[in-house]
Amino acid sequence: MKFQFTLNGKPVALDCEAADTLAEVLRNQLNLNGTKVSCEVQVCGACTVLVGGAPVSACTYLTYEARGKSVTTIEGLEKPDGTLHPLQQAFIDEFAFQCGYCTPGMIMSAKALLDEIPRPTRDQIIHHMDGNICRCTGYVPIVAAIERAAKVMAEESKT
Amino acid sequence: MSAEKKTDFQVVNKSLPRRDGRVKVTGKAQYVADLKLISMFYAKVLRSPFAHAKIVSIDKSRAEAHPGVYCVVTGYDLEGLNPYYGHAVKDHPLLAIDKVRYAGEPVAAVVAVDERTAFEALEFIDVRYEELKAVFTPQEALAKDAPLLHERKFAAGALRGFEGEVTAGKGTNICQSHKIQWGDVEKAFKDAAAVVEGDYYFPMTYAYAMEPYVAVAEVNDQDVTIYSSAQHPFMVRHDLKSIFNLPVSSVRLIVPFVGGGYGSKSYTKIEPLVAACSWKAKRPVKLQLSVEEAMLTTRSDDAYTWMRTAVDANGKIIARQAKILMNTGAYAENSPLVVEKSTNRCVGPYAIPNVLIENSSLYTNTVPASSYRGFGCAQVTLPGESQIDELAAKIGKDPYEFRLANAAKPGEEFFPGMRPFDGTLKQDLETAAKAVGWGKPLAKNHGRTVACSGSDAGAYPLTSTAIRVHADGSVTIMTGSTELGQGSHTVLPQIAAEELGVPFEKVRVVSSDTAITPYDRSTGASRTTTLMGSAVMEASREAIQQMVVMAADVLKVKVEQIEIVRGGVRCGEAQLNWSEVISKFYALPDGEVIGRSYIRKSGRFSQLPVFWETAATGCEISVDEETGKITMEKLATVGDVGLAINPALAEGQDLGAATMGMGIGLFEELVYDGPQLVNGSILDYRLPRFSDLPKEVELHLVQNQDGVGPYGAKGGGEASLNSMAANIANAVERAVGVRIRQAPLTPERVWRALREKKSKMEDSLKEKERR
Repeated sequence: MKFQFTLNGKPVALDCEAADTLAEVLRNQLNLNGTKVSCEVQVCGACTVLVGGAPVSACTYLTYEARGKSVTTIEGLEKPDGTLHPLQQAFIDEFAFQCGYCTPGMIMSAKALLDEIPRPTRDQIIHHMDGNICRCTGYVPIVAAIERAAKVMAEESKT
Repeated sequence: MSAEKKTDFQVVNKSLPRRDGRVKVTGKAQYVADLKLISMFYAKVLRSPFAHAKIVSIDKSRAEAHPGVYCVVTGYDLEGLNPYYGHAVKDHPLLAIDKVRYAGEPVAAVVAVDERTAFEALEFIDVRYEELKAVFTPQEALAKDAPLLHERKFAAGALRGFEGEVTAGKGTNICQSHKIQWGDVEKAFKDAAAVVEGDYYFPMTYAYAMEPYVAVAEVNDQDVTIYSSAQHPFMVRHDLKSIFNLPVSSVRLIVPFVGGGYGSKSYTKIEPLVAACSWKAKRPVKLQLSVEEAMLTTRSDDAYTWMRTAVDANGKIIARQAKILMNTGAYAENSPLVVEKSTNRCVGPYAIPNVLIENSSLYTNTVPASSYRGFGCAQVTLPGESQIDELAAKIGKDPYEFRLANAAKPGEEFFPGMRPFDGTLKQDLETAAKAVGWGKPLAKNHGRTVACSGSDAGAYPLTSTAIRVHADGSVTIMTGSTELGQGSHTVLPQIAAEELGVPFEKVRVVSSDTAITPYDRSTGASRTTTLMGSAVMEASREAIQQMVVMAADVLKVKVEQIEIVRGGVRCGEAQLNWSEVISKFYALPDGEVIGRSYIRKSGRFSQLPVFWETAATGCEISVDEETGKITMEKLATVGDVGLAINPALAEGQDLGAATMGMGIGLFEELVYDGPQLVNGSILDYRLPRFSDLPKEVELHLVQNQDGVGPYGAKGGGEASLNSMAANIANAVERAVGVRIRQAPLTPERVWRALREKKSKMEDSLKEKERR
């Protein structure tokens, strides 16, 4: 089945089977391995990508559903000049990961939150991020990273 | 007996950003899950539906005829290999041979052009079984009429990690027994002023490393090369060398970034199976398990503990006795060492003059148990630290003061024959108590506790490394330590940069490739900072010594005339940095110097444990009496780490460990109903999430430079897990007056205990009225 969507701002045309998940196509066909797969049942959040700005679990989201839409993955956050997205920088600054396997999904979920609520409260962060599991950090530094990124982005938007 | 007490650090003891930061936040970090080789095929595994059954026949012809299938491998296709492996006991066949011993055991593997085809073909393999009677608990395995899981005799593995006898393979279901004893326990209990006694259960748990087990194997006529998510590539190499009967130099294990381990990726897991698939298919094969399959691969040992502890009239703990039965599942894996460690860890960190601990692990028809962060310690710290609180209550003492009065003191040989205690529990407990507001008023249904643990770290000193100093002054560390997320790629360069006086940014790490990096026994037991860190420190110094000789040659002076300065050497007016020394030595701006070091059980590492892994934790919880639900109001961790090479990383380890401990204390538990694991998926196995994080968290480090590692460092990252379940049980007792001797303390268990307490109170009221 042939169709198109926008991936990290660029058009992609591809041919895939009806059963192919977005994670399979991203990782196996498009060689974008930043999207990680863990639970495969939509409960851990590791494979989170944005479709039309909303977070989805790429492990169960059929690629077909993305036709004509805009898909953003972790590979789409870094600017061409190498500048990291404020969330990426904040994750480094706050030590908000250890093994890093949950990190791309974690950052994509957090991006969806900050795109919708630029200055979330701690409770809003916890509520929004509850679908993402991290087994290493104990979550505290991730909350701190999202708060830090929100602050940086608010200051950036002022200037 | 610390290495040295340096304090004027340039690079060490600073929270420098992680070296793997940029690749991990951009999705560029490569894990084995991301790896593809040219001509690579994919394997999928057929698993046993029965807990214990004879394999009558396997017909794989239909599966092999399925389009896209290259071959099907079974336990009957392994002629030419030594199919049984195990570092402790060689009891584990890489695929079931003649019989299956647990539901979920690999019986066959399909190798096909892609994963989906391999998966489809699984249903075309026809296996006929003849079911056998099965046992699921240690008590059932010990029964007189219990079926025997392992009929064949087998040898102890070469790398078992302890010097005692191996019990397994001697015609019973006992996998391993261990006993420690000193003093006169019977007399002490007779003379005691107060005794507490109880039965406790610590559950089976699942580590859930988010990257499930994955390996790619390429086996040809001469060599075995495996890319794996293994924590201990050199130990896996040893198993593979035995299976394929090859010299060490022909087996290569490569481990890139690992997506979480927590002990669950210690030792050999799926590597023999994927290697056998590649050997049969004569091409690279990748096998990636699902999380559900990972849950059928390794779990922690659950433990049934009877324990009693006695105190004298002065409030001094005088005796402890325990009998422990652990459930090791179908194969020994690392359980023989877990048994030894859990036996030892019943004692610490208290100085108890009369001790008797008897412990056995039993084979059962369940998923094999192995290492899990702090192995053996959490299992016995639930009873141990529960009884400290129970005893304090019984004699009317404050449990925190009671701990302070009995905790092992610095330098005290509280465990006969072992290294004297190298921690500072008084300071650890004081810090934890202060952090949770000890003594301050509490709201209704709130409870506040502190607890501690000190375990004989399993870190065995056998480590080597090479430090390459390049002609431009940059440095490459060759290390067999695996980056699991704990931060070895950051901490090791900090140590090398400190020693060599070069910028941290110029030090890079190559890790865990057994063909390239020198031998390191394992990445576990919190050993990397202490042992590999020491190796890096010594190799850096050895490189400096070589460069001093080179500088003397270059400057045409005697070696004694060369003075070492930070980042280089001086001789009179002449000063050379390392880059200049190497470039002038080779007369080209290229070339290198290789510093080496070999660490073994000698010198400051001659006495075990290499360090006591010590921490205190504190918490405040509240209990909803209507539902039994526990809320973590506050959590404090205190890591007694000697010196934190990178404090932010050390604190991160403590919080991660405490969170895992909290998960076990509150809701994590693998549940068997007969032969089947009933919650063997992440949908059903409840893990800590964002919404479970404590309302307040305080992280503290105690840094007295009292370890044998670099600058007085010692290991951390396990100890804050160990006391958490006991902490929660103790806090519930203090909040609502019920004592629960089982983890996890689920809402249902708390609610039932509250209901039982209420009905007992009502009964006694009625009794009074009747009188």
